[in-house]
Amino acid sequence: MSDPTGDTPAVTVGGAPLHTGSRATRVLGLAALATIALWALYGLVWSPADREMGDLVRLLYVHVPVAILLYAGAGLTTFASAMWLRRRTPGWDALAVAAAELGVLFGVLTLLTGSIWGKPTWNTFWTWDARLTSTALLEVLLIGYLAVRRVDPSPAGGSVRASILGLLLFPNVIIVHYSVDWWRSLHQPATVTRLDPTIEGDMLVALMVGMLAGALTFAWLLLHRFRLAWLEQQVERHDLVAAVADRRAEGDPGAGTPASSNPTPTEPEAQPA
Amino acid sequence: MSVATASLVAMSDGGYLAAGWGATIGLIGAYALITVRRGRRLSRRVPEGDRRWT
Repeated sequence: MSDPTGDTPAVTVGGAPLHTGSRATRVLGLAALATIALWALYGLVWSPADREMGDLVRLLYVHVPVAILLYAGAGLTTFASAMWLRRRTPGWDALAVAAAELGVLFGVLTLLTGSIWGKPTWNTFWTWDARLTSTALLEVLLIGYLAVRRVDPSPAGGSVRASILGLLLFPNVIIVHYSVDWWRSLHQPATVTRLDPTIEGDMLVALMVGMLAGALTFAWLLLHRFRLAWLEQQVERHDLVAAVADRRAEGDPGAGTPASSNPTPTEPEAQPA
Repeated sequence: MSVATASLVAMSDGGYLAAGWGATIGLIGAYALITVRRGRRLSRRVPEGDRRWT
């Protein structure tokens, strides 16, 4: 990647950038890259091996942060879905789809890093354990959320159905988190999301730096993905206006050139988030 | 980062560590790249007034 923040060629037309970057994302992107480098150093070099797990503990510095970001993505989707159902403004819909997509990404990473850790530790990549199964179910729900949006031909219909499904995501996060307490599980109980963390010293620092790097990366990705969803909504809206104008022009031969040749048709202003 | 890579190779279970860390950083990087590229492509189709960030 020649441009890791994706923002440097500030190609603008009259001040508005021709990309989803901004000053905020540039600062955030640089901070995320610096923290990721620190995370790799702490996680792979500076922190000691665990007495029982050995070097495999270093996988947990990746697995735990991505699992928490899965929770964040699902929780944010539920919140944005609820807000969209209440207010019906396009910004909440864009936020919901952005958070859901990030939830899918971090869900895949959670399951992947967990399986890679499980093979040498439990001697299997997968077992139908309560934590693993509920996490897989959460991932399926997130993918379902994105699929439902595409199934309905009308954008508003897809958003309504997806938002209702989105409301189920956070309750499922609670089930995933407490599954290790509610059912007998092979998975270890909470390590850091408690008042007295069961790890300390450089190992705790490595995990915390990982969480900070993850949070910054999540915020950077969310901003870009939110703006992309916003652009998708605008393109859809403009295409619809152009199609309606074309249809009208077909019915009225004296109306002149079809509106699709006009790159900036006029239509009602969308409400910002 | 080369210090981290060399350290990873020398460790026991280095293959699992490389797979876990590599998949995480690789997938996040690929997703970031795809998102930024899609944004640039779509930006050209949206009027200036509808791109409200600077």
